[in-house]
Amino acid sequence: METHAEQNHHPIGIYLKVWLLLFVLSTLSYAVDYLEFQGITRWSLIIIFMLLKAGFIIAVFMHLMWERMALIATILAPPIALLFLVGFMVSEGLNVFDARVEYFGQPESATRIHVSDVLGVKH
Amino acid sequence: MSSLDIAESKNSQEFVEDWSADKQTYHVPWGKAMMWLFLVSDTFIFTCFLVGYLNVRRTTTDPWPYPSEVFALELFGHNLPLILIAIMTFVLITSSGTMAMAVRYAHFRDKKKVFWFMAITAFFGATFVGMQVFEWSKLISEGVRPWGNPFGAPQFGSIFFMVTGFHGLHVSIGVIYLLIVASKVRRGHYDKKDNYEIVEITGLYWHFVDLVWVFIFAFFYLW
Repeated sequence: METHAEQNHHPIGIYLKVWLLLFVLSTLSYAVDYLEFQGITRWSLIIIFMLLKAGFIIAVFMHLMWERMALIATILAPPIALLFLVGFMVSEGLNVFDARVEYFGQPESATRIHVSDVLGVKH
Repeated sequence: MSSLDIAESKNSQEFVEDWSADKQTYHVPWGKAMMWLFLVSDTFIFTCFLVGYLNVRRTTTDPWPYPSEVFALELFGHNLPLILIAIMTFVLITSSGTMAMAVRYAHFRDKKKVFWFMAITAFFGATFVGMQVFEWSKLISEGVRPWGNPFGAPQFGSIFFMVTGFHGLHVSIGVIYLLIVASKVRRGHYDKKDNYEIVEITGLYWHFVDLVWVFIFAFFYLW
């Protein structure tokens, strides 16, 4: 049985379009930093652009959208376990932080250091 | 779409067929299946690094350095935040694009184009590593160490050197891998059996390196 992936005569256009799209998305994520978005706006924009970029790379550049379901499931299902690890470590991390503040008297919010204050302002 | 439609869709039917019959499950060349399994395991390694980073960043009570200031660069008289990392990102994405072209031309057995696109990909990869070397030496000269730095939490240095070092190692290995396969393509090694699968497999590895960078860029540099 020949699948689409084995024929693989995708028009050149789809690669160029995805390539261009990755450029645009990278520029947008850089803009998030350059325009100094903060807080929830910053984090959600970073995550959205990241997931879009990752999705396009996996689906098109790595041809996953043209593979059969058995292979797709083998690749995408195991990393779900990692989401649990992330979740556990977020909640554990919050507990450790609280313990350090509450029982060890460490500062709850330390003042962040600007690089120019350490190295001196460059002209 | 009703549940019946989903159960009878082409994909899920194929899925059941592939797993239930007493035969080969993955209808791809074995090398490709093995590369995918390796990449899944590598995903676990990189995620462990990033989760380790998440955990130290969540738990530290020291101030976290501003990455966009630490990685800023003076260019044409302007102090541009994070600019080196942005350029590195574009270089790596471009190399992914040229790699996709190499894979495409491998299907048409266009040896010359495959060789040149792989060589260009390797060149961009080497450029990326070169910029990383520059970045490392800049930070080291400013006093950033795995055990401390003048800009805040000491964990910043350990995570930075570990994660970017491990990723840079992947890129360096990828460059060598690309050059080996590219030179074999040029010598006509894969014409003997008319089998160019290796180009696609190398491409998978290379795109994965780009993929990991997407996550490092988002979580370490931008966050």
